[in-house]
Amino acid sequence: LKSSVVLQKNLEGYVGFANLPNQVYRKSVKRGFEFTLMVVGESGLGKSTLINSLFLTDLYSPEYPGPSHRIKKTVQVEQSKVLVKEGGVQLLLTIVDTPGFGDAVDNSNCWQPVIDYIDSKFEDYLNAESRVNRRQMPDSRVQCCLYFIAPSGHGLKPLDIEFMKRLHEKVNIIPLIAKADTMTPEECQQFKRQIMKEIQEHKIKIYEFPETDDEEEMKMIRKIKDRLPLAVVGSNTIIEVNGKRVRGRQYPWGVAEVENGEHCDFTILRNMLIRTHMQDLKDVTNNVHYENYRSRKLAAVTYNGVDNNKNKGQLTKSPLAQMEEERREHVSKMKKMEQEMEQVFEMKVKEKLQKLRDSEAELQRRHEQMKKNLEAQHRELEEKRRQHEEEKANWEAQQRILEQQKLDASR
Amino acid sequence: MGLVHGHAHSGSLSSGGGSTLLGYIGIDTIIEQMRKKTMKTGFDFNIMVVGHSGLGKSTLVNTLFKSQVSRRSAGWARDEKIPKTIEIKAVSHVLEEGGVKMKLTVVDTPGFGDQINNDNCWEPISKYINEQYEKFLKEEVNITRKKRIPDTRVHCCLYFISPTGHSLRQLDVEFMKRLSHSVNIIPVIAKSDTMTIEERQEFKQRVRKELEMGGIEFYPQKEFDEDMEDKSDNDKIREAMPFAVVGSDKEYQVNGKRVLGRKTAWGIVEVENPNHCEFALLRDFLIRSHLQDLKEVTHNIHYETYRAKRLNENGGLHPISTNDTQESNL
Repeated sequence: LKSSVVLQKNLEGYVGFANLPNQVYRKSVKRGFEFTLMVVGESGLGKSTLINSLFLTDLYSPEYPGPSHRIKKTVQVEQSKVLVKEGGVQLLLTIVDTPGFGDAVDNSNCWQPVIDYIDSKFEDYLNAESRVNRRQMPDSRVQCCLYFIAPSGHGLKPLDIEFMKRLHEKVNIIPLIAKADTMTPEECQQFKRQIMKEIQEHKIKIYEFPETDDEEEMKMIRKIKDRLPLAVVGSNTIIEVNGKRVRGRQYPWGVAEVENGEHCDFTILRNMLIRTHMQDLKDVTNNVHYENYRSRKLAAVTYNGVDNNKNKGQLTKSPLAQMEEERREHVSKMKKMEQEMEQVFEMKVKEKLQKLRDSEAELQRRHEQMKKNLEAQHRELEEKRRQHEEEKANWEAQQRILEQQKLDASR
Repeated sequence: MGLVHGHAHSGSLSSGGGSTLLGYIGIDTIIEQMRKKTMKTGFDFNIMVVGHSGLGKSTLVNTLFKSQVSRRSAGWARDEKIPKTIEIKAVSHVLEEGGVKMKLTVVDTPGFGDQINNDNCWEPISKYINEQYEKFLKEEVNITRKKRIPDTRVHCCLYFISPTGHSLRQLDVEFMKRLSHSVNIIPVIAKSDTMTIEERQEFKQRVRKELEMGGIEFYPQKEFDEDMEDKSDNDKIREAMPFAVVGSDKEYQVNGKRVLGRKTAWGIVEVENPNHCEFALLRDFLIRSHLQDLKEVTHNIHYETYRAKRLNENGGLHPISTNDTQESNL
């Protein structure tokens, strides 16, 4: 009998499973982490510089220049991998770049290569999941997409709106205002408000911070939400300001500091992306975007009969085969149920038999016991009778002796 | 007809024969006479601004002419939506300074370069420019001409380059290639406070190289330099172009002075400070030294090119006896 309500029990002593998070932690650290980040935006918005600033590494350097320095006629999707280590923790970082995006005169469908790339990564993962041998399952799905908005000060461009509308259900989109040092604080506020208004108007779903129970964290999250979209500035040069060495941009009228919260929102982005929400981004990608893709893909195969997508792997079954397989599955399930029931029945029968045998044995025993008792009594009685006979014989003998004596006396 | 004047040389006049004067005649007072005439009639100047939205075009024009002359100030909302097609909007104001009146017309091109597909977005602009030439031509060709033909031809086209820091965009090159032969194009680097001084230098060099490679002749065109003096002046200017500008209509207090600028969290960008940006260079070039030249090149060269082409095709225009063209509205 299984109860559906799980009762919480209090422990009477220290059991030790509070150590589980540590075990998980140690295992994860040994395994290392992966993260795939995509950057999208027209050339010249400081994407490469921002990546370098975020991860404090020269992913793009003069020897391997960023995509903006290479003229591209069509939109390409390129990925670069870098392994960073910090405090014993390893992170395999994949940066997906989209050079040529929005740079042509005619930018119609420049988002298509991006959508194709994201879908192909989902497909790779789906195939890997469906394999028989799943020991190696590399995860190259795009977990976060940083979309760079040009700091025009007015609002979103038609290209921005189109892109975000088409990709908000495939990937976590985090819109950023690039080169934020172009604007004064007032212009920046107005621009942010205008962008958020347009995002809501067009029902674009950007990445949302999850709610937590912690009051402190919620306060922080609300503060971040107020400052969306984040206005960032990137820099690879270190400048001295008031004796401190800071990352920044040197102008004749001052130094714009990258890590100064009053100058731009770079630190918020970095903390959010790397320090607090990296795991959540991965989870949302896995649980929401990937599941959407998967259910759409599998539903398309079983419903239509003709699968239009180019695909490789075990998903090219025709519906008949799929039906056959499902029937087989169903049959095997039935068989299993049958078996189970039989087992249960057998067990019950055995039990009953056992009980009967037991009671039989019991009766037998009692019977024996009683017989023994009877025999014992019988013997006792016999013994008594023998005694009695003996006594009688004795007494008779005595009587005869007495009689003989009497006879002797009377002669 | 617009005013035409050559450079004045003080001292001896050179005529065909080269005779020297025997006394003071007073020919050089013609300058003063022309000046008086100009002040009475005033003159027209038409400037067009082209660039995709958000590059500070309206602000720059306001800063150049130190008044609210852009389309935005003439009653348009600040955050109006990007139009679906390119529109051409002209707004005119009359400015007066030192007794000289100028009718300034600012032609704006909202929607340029903002769409997803920007193919042929230069066509409406090209059409507008040619239409103004056509209007002028029709007036000229009339039998009874107006005393002063209203001049709506675009004298100068400021093309705003986005400060990406990398290179020109394809759209920039296409536009300038196609229009540099029908109008004076002056490329400017917009919102140049985005870049540090080194970035700005590098960007300018790259842009100039690309303009050269594309065969784009921006104003002042090399082929129209009249003499050595012109050439050396213009060479200096060409070296410094495109000017990296910043516009602002707000004033702030810096070192006890009130200056036009932009206030950021790390400092105040002064618009008229040559160490901060090249706005002052642009203004001096555009207004204080080459304003008349812009008009002349437009009239003598671009308009003449258009006229020759027009008159050669279809056997030429027929003069209209009645004058039924409209005045451009003030």
